[in-house]
Amino acid sequence: MKALVYVRLKSEVLDPQGQAIESALKNLGQKKISNVRQGKLIEMDINSHNIDEVKKTVDQVTKTLLANTVIEEYSIEIK
Amino acid sequence: MDVTIISFPGTNCDVDTANAVSRKLNTIPKIISCKEKEIPKSDLIIIPGGFSYGDYLRSGAIAAREPVMLDLVNKAKNGVYILGICNGFQILTEVNLLPGVLLKNNSLKFISKTIKIKIIRNDTFFTSSFAKNETVSIPVAHHDGNFFIEKKALMEIEDNQQIAMRYVDPINGSLNDIAGLYNQKFNVLGLMPHPERAIDIRTGSDDGIKFFESMLNFANI
Repeated sequence: MKALVYVRLKSEVLDPQGQAIESALKNLGQKKISNVRQGKLIEMDINSHNIDEVKKTVDQVTKTLLANTVIEEYSIEIK
Repeated sequence: MDVTIISFPGTNCDVDTANAVSRKLNTIPKIISCKEKEIPKSDLIIIPGGFSYGDYLRSGAIAAREPVMLDLVNKAKNGVYILGICNGFQILTEVNLLPGVLLKNNSLKFISKTIKIKIIRNDTFFTSSFAKNETVSIPVAHHDGNFFIEKKALMEIEDNQQIAMRYVDPINGSLNDIAGLYNQKFNVLGLMPHPERAIDIRTGSDDGIKFFESMLNFANI
């Protein structure tokens, strides 16, 4: 199965990269865009067909390594 | 005093740090790989600066999951002194020996210059040779030095007086201008400035010597 892990900075954490992107978009004339935030997408294949097992494994590795929950939140999509 | 320096792929201050320890702590440190499962008996373990694993994922994140870290955490709990410099500070937060996290500088620029740092506490293993609130010149060189922690935990570390040093002028967006931080037992210190680069006036500043003097004095008591 394939897992997609989306990692985002929590809303209360300042995101200077998002701000830089927003400012570039404004320079391109996109005046209506605001609140740009940058996150990460981590994709992986998991050699299992047991969706509960896959969800558990991905949640565990995300908490252990992929996201730092002091500053980040995450969501998981299994395909 | 037995000193061990841990080197990760991408660490680049291990030799400078070993040089500073040899010259100012009068002991030849062991440099070990992060793949080791056991750290030799040490009074002080240093995680030096650099860019472990190219700062992939988050700075310090991958290094913090290396085999050597289990023993490091155990030794920290047993009271061994641990010093993390720059990337070492980032690794210590990632392995939860220190609270908070170091985000990208708010300018998104790499900052490399000698700046003024105020030493807040002078009653610890690492800083006893400084005067209280002494201002010193020490170089910084980092992209991710912007200390962040949630509000409640920030109040806690301030109340516990865990702040080791602050930037005299804000440089990277750090909350409360925090440049260095202790754990609750004060045997673990993480700092963004590089004292090992300030041990000879010919390279700009020798204010870093006092860190090593402090540790040496403590060891001789």
